[in-house]
Amino acid sequence: MADYSNKLYEQLEQETGIKTGYVRTGSISLAQTQDRLISLKRIASRLKVMGIPCEIITPKQVAQLHPMINIHDLVGAMHMPEDAVVSSADVSLALANAASRNGVQIHERTSVSHVMIQKGAVAGVETDRGQIECQYFVNCAGQWAYELGLSSEEPISIPLHACEHFYLLTRPLKKPLESSTPTIVDPDGRIYVRSWQGGILSGGFEKNPKPIFTEGRNQLEIQNLHEDWDHFEPLLSALLRRMPGLEALEIMQLVNCPESFTPDMRCIMGESPTVRGYFVLAGMNSAGVSLGGGAGKHLAEWMVNDYPSENVWSLDLKRFGALQSSRTFLRHRVMEVMPLIYDLKVPRWDFQTGRQLRTSPLYDRLDAQGAQWMEKHGFERPKYFVPPGKDLLELDQSKTFYKPDWFDIVGAEVKCCKEAVCVIDMSSFTKFEIGSTGGQALEVLQYLFSNDLDVPVGHIVHTGMLNQNGGYENDCSVVRLNKRSFFMISPTDQQVHCWAWLKRHMPSDSNLLMEDVTWKYTALNLIGPRAVDVLSELSYAPVTQEHFPSLFCKEMSVGYANGIRVMSMTHTGEPGFMLYIPIEYALHVYNEVMSVGQKYGIRNAGYYALRSLRIEKFFAFWGQDLDTFTTPLECGREFRVKLDKGTDFIGRDALMLQKQEGVYKRFTMFILEDHDTNLDLWPWWGEPIYRNGHYVGQTTSSAYSYTLERHVCLGFVQNFDPETGEELLVTPDFINRGEYEIKIAGQRFQAKAKLYPFSSLFTPRRRKDEMELSGYQGK
Amino acid sequence: IPVRSSRLPLFCDAMPAPTQLFFPLIRNCEMGKIYSTACYCHHKHLCCLSPHLVHNHLRYAPQKKFATLCRPNENFSQFIHARSYVSTPQRFYLTPPQVNSILKANEYSFKVPEFDGKNVSSILGFDSNQLPANAPIEDRRSAATCLQTRGMLLGVFDGHAGCACAQAVSERLFYYIAVSLLPHETLLEIENAVESGRALLPILQWHKHPNDYFSKEASKLYFNSLRTYWQELIDLNTGETTDVKEALINAFKRLDNDISLEAQVGDPNSFLNYLVLRVAFSGATACVAHVDGVDLHIANTGDSRAMLGVQEEDGSWSAVALSYDHNAQNESEVARLKTEHPKVEEKSVVKQDRLLGLLMPFRAFGDVKFKWSIDLQKRVIESGPDQLNDNEYTKFIPPNYHTPPYLTAEPEVIYHKLRPQDKFLILATDGLWETMHRQDVVRIVGEYLTGVHHQQPIAVGGYKVTLGQMHGLLTERRARISSVFEDQNAATHLIRHAVGNNEFGTVDHERLSKMLSLPEELARMYRDDITIIVIQFNSHVVGAYQNEEF
Repeated sequence: MADYSNKLYEQLEQETGIKTGYVRTGSISLAQTQDRLISLKRIASRLKVMGIPCEIITPKQVAQLHPMINIHDLVGAMHMPEDAVVSSADVSLALANAASRNGVQIHERTSVSHVMIQKGAVAGVETDRGQIECQYFVNCAGQWAYELGLSSEEPISIPLHACEHFYLLTRPLKKPLESSTPTIVDPDGRIYVRSWQGGILSGGFEKNPKPIFTEGRNQLEIQNLHEDWDHFEPLLSALLRRMPGLEALEIMQLVNCPESFTPDMRCIMGESPTVRGYFVLAGMNSAGVSLGGGAGKHLAEWMVNDYPSENVWSLDLKRFGALQSSRTFLRHRVMEVMPLIYDLKVPRWDFQTGRQLRTSPLYDRLDAQGAQWMEKHGFERPKYFVPPGKDLLELDQSKTFYKPDWFDIVGAEVKCCKEAVCVIDMSSFTKFEIGSTGGQALEVLQYLFSNDLDVPVGHIVHTGMLNQNGGYENDCSVVRLNKRSFFMISPTDQQVHCWAWLKRHMPSDSNLLMEDVTWKYTALNLIGPRAVDVLSELSYAPVTQEHFPSLFCKEMSVGYANGIRVMSMTHTGEPGFMLYIPIEYALHVYNEVMSVGQKYGIRNAGYYALRSLRIEKFFAFWGQDLDTFTTPLECGREFRVKLDKGTDFIGRDALMLQKQEGVYKRFTMFILEDHDTNLDLWPWWGEPIYRNGHYVGQTTSSAYSYTLERHVCLGFVQNFDPETGEELLVTPDFINRGEYEIKIAGQRFQAKAKLYPFSSLFTPRRRKDEMELSGYQGK
Repeated sequence: IPVRSSRLPLFCDAMPAPTQLFFPLIRNCEMGKIYSTACYCHHKHLCCLSPHLVHNHLRYAPQKKFATLCRPNENFSQFIHARSYVSTPQRFYLTPPQVNSILKANEYSFKVPEFDGKNVSSILGFDSNQLPANAPIEDRRSAATCLQTRGMLLGVFDGHAGCACAQAVSERLFYYIAVSLLPHETLLEIENAVESGRALLPILQWHKHPNDYFSKEASKLYFNSLRTYWQELIDLNTGETTDVKEALINAFKRLDNDISLEAQVGDPNSFLNYLVLRVAFSGATACVAHVDGVDLHIANTGDSRAMLGVQEEDGSWSAVALSYDHNAQNESEVARLKTEHPKVEEKSVVKQDRLLGLLMPFRAFGDVKFKWSIDLQKRVIESGPDQLNDNEYTKFIPPNYHTPPYLTAEPEVIYHKLRPQDKFLILATDGLWETMHRQDVVRIVGEYLTGVHHQQPIAVGGYKVTLGQMHGLLTERRARISSVFEDQNAATHLIRHAVGNNEFGTVDHERLSKMLSLPEELARMYRDDITIIVIQFNSHVVGAYQNEEF
């Protein structure tokens, strides 16, 4: 988005005749530590493949580019020569001007009191100067977007919160600073510096932010904000340390300009899940100008074409729900998010604030057994269990790009899953029940899902929920509970998006009964070869392979508790069962499972073990590997699409076409060959993939496989014409006949590509055609 | 008496006066004579009884005895002047960092974190600290969060005749209170867990300074007594919800009763046997706050004090006492004592402002000398260990001792409903209250708590300021805030004032330095042990509670 903004602003002056202050200064990001340099190298290798010039330079080169910089404490830097600066007010003016010329009316000094809604769609806007009818409304109110969202007839929750942000303006230097002087970002010092009218403009993102306007804007008008020099002191010290020559520079002003921040440091855009035509673009996390152009383009595409030209799920308003809207939550979370902008970003990082919001009934029990937690969509999920007597590193010291401290702990959990039995609390999954009085439920779902749901009662079907282009809107498992009702399990963060998609694509006269039952069930994954033994002891119903083949669901009693939905799948390809337990029985069933399981060596496991298991089995995960631009044919899931199931379904036409033409990208599994797990940087995601020395795509996820004793990366391989750069078809042959390398922070590692998982990893008891191939457990 | 005033001029040259010189003098006095005169001594709780006590395990520091001899201030100063040539003149100048390390050695802060996210506590956090005058210190403090019921418990305990009783009360009292507050089912659950050897539900989460210790040896004994208590509560099950006031009173009385019983029964382990006797024969006052939302209960036994800091609308501070001292200055206490004993004892029961002419607080834990019958005292001492028998203090029966008990541990409980203007609560032993007026105490804490956050901001305005100048100014300001003079802890700040205040009510470093460099034996003459807990309330939460009700 920033790249598009850059190109847009560059030509804006020429297009509108309004000076925007655009100067191509280039930018230099400094590294004071080796870890920071690794982080910059990772960014650089990703930017390069996007065609954005950028290079890692030495401190000496920094001094040549910017003579005022103190380079004594630097280990390196990243130089981006095409970066530019603009004057934000002038850019806004130019954009407004250009819009006006194309017929846009701008009403200044007009305030919106609320947005009118009719039949679930925007109907107009009520302002202090009268009503305006409209079909679309875009909430771009910045830090007031939260309040504006609540003031529509149906409240829209837009989770963002403002923090005070300070930047310093100075008078010109004795020898005025050239306007083309590169912009400096010193994340370890938490500051940025650019030249401004011969002097400098410098601000930063401090460790101890000051959240503001928690109780609403009436509390304090934005004009009344004061400079707070004491608060700015650490940033000023960092500035003078970086550029000691500025000591004599005279201060002009310390500007206090609040910025809005979101719960995950990514901006919020897209259409409201509940009101059609209500769009949002807000929460820019202090990058409004640099991302604005690209974000505006995406939003325009969204409004016109129904979806942007790129995957923006990570920015979609629907990744949040009402649960992220508490002001207290937002206040605390943005205090963590704002410093994070300049914090070192390492793999597997969890937010520490706003936790323990949604929990399973077993939370305390698991916590007492050493569970370490991560959070997804407000839900606490166990990462792994620290055995008694073992200590892990402090949070700050555990940040690493190399082998993490939990490596052996997760290894032991994986081993137990492979050889005995483990139990994983997977209650966070989104769970819907869909039914009807007649056959309408089946009819509607057949249209919404690509796989055939007209299966005998008790069958589980893995299926995608596709869009018109055949891309995955959701990847889920659907159980046919009886003739007329279905139980649908989707990834945790699909709660809002999936619901909105179902609502939107249902016939308007539908009498379907749809209920979000996420909170009603605790899900335990009983995983491993001895799972069947544990379950047999707890139930009189036969559960052996012959009586309970995989991908079946039976309602049965476990211990004293009746009505437990037992499903023969584990989301990993390992043998075992998922137990969907009404929450009031959760503790009972857990206790029974643990006490019976003792003699089979049962232990708790967490999502890290699960993740390692599913990645070594080449299971894709929606939201990370799969997105709205990926079709089942591109990730080897043709068998989950029934093109000839007798009814039309969304995306069928696109898939038919693709089946004829072939695919332009292919989901591939890579096994790193010459990678030393103990010494080399670990892969994460987003690493460039090279085939025969040419860039062909990026990884989407990775994990260490304890079984293969190698790192496994998953990612998409494309085929670019070496001459024109045009995308060509990707055939299995193309994949198989290539030498691959994965580039981690600038260093290339040899990798072996595979289109199918190692069959040896599956238990011999299972036939290949019964193999369950699904996984949508978190990152 | 003048010595009590902290305004006493200091003669630094004479500080290290070797008090041994005066022992012969004291030894020559008859015991009875000492009783009659000794009551004037500075020692607040119990008069010294005999020179032998100087060396006993209860550590009645010698200086208290010689203080009895130099009652009038003039004498004292003359004596010091006269003494100055004997000892090597020594100058004690502690540098500011040295002063700070002494003041901060026992400081402790607990903040209910803002990041907690689930916090609805009306308490923001608390600061506590203590400064010893006795060696070892006889004050104790405790703070804990109730885990099975709501609320937080905080308390200060002022020991006398040794620290054993204060130590025991500080370890045990909150458990008794927490148990008294528990609903019947939880009690059953805990009892079942103990019965079947399962892990016990945690009852309290302690917030302790590393120096605040718990006795390992006695834990089993204490636990058994506590268990007997909850077993009785289970049997008594009234089915009614527990009233906090009643629970506090019951807990105090029960613990005192257990202390007394344990000493009568004894223990086969000689160490423990000696310990329970020491606990019972020493004494302690207690001032405990229970805070749950806007409901504040103060249970007080003795002469420590709870003081509420209230900020008026104009920003000024006023002090509201939430406890009554149980001593001779409290007329209703004197009246109570007189009605509890026959008319013939009217003159003797409170004499020279002391209980039976000996004890300053009129209510206390332990102190079985004022509770048991003479027979019982003799019996226990005779069958007790040698250390006890050799101890003049324990063997001594108070004069005019006709109708025991003269002393009770029953607290007076005051309920206060918190309002948004109630910003903080100070719990402190009398070591603080006798040096500073309550109004000053509240003002100093109030100004400290608000002032730390509101330093006058700097604005550049239209002045020409360079980055370097501004940086220098800011570093200086920051240094001032975090400087050695500035306290991070309200209780430390208060102690600094209590010990170091000069005539103008500001801290005088020289004075502070002298006071803190007093040798162990002398310190007790100038000040008592000081223990302070400052609890800060969250006005927003308190206000929200209030709004809920309307």
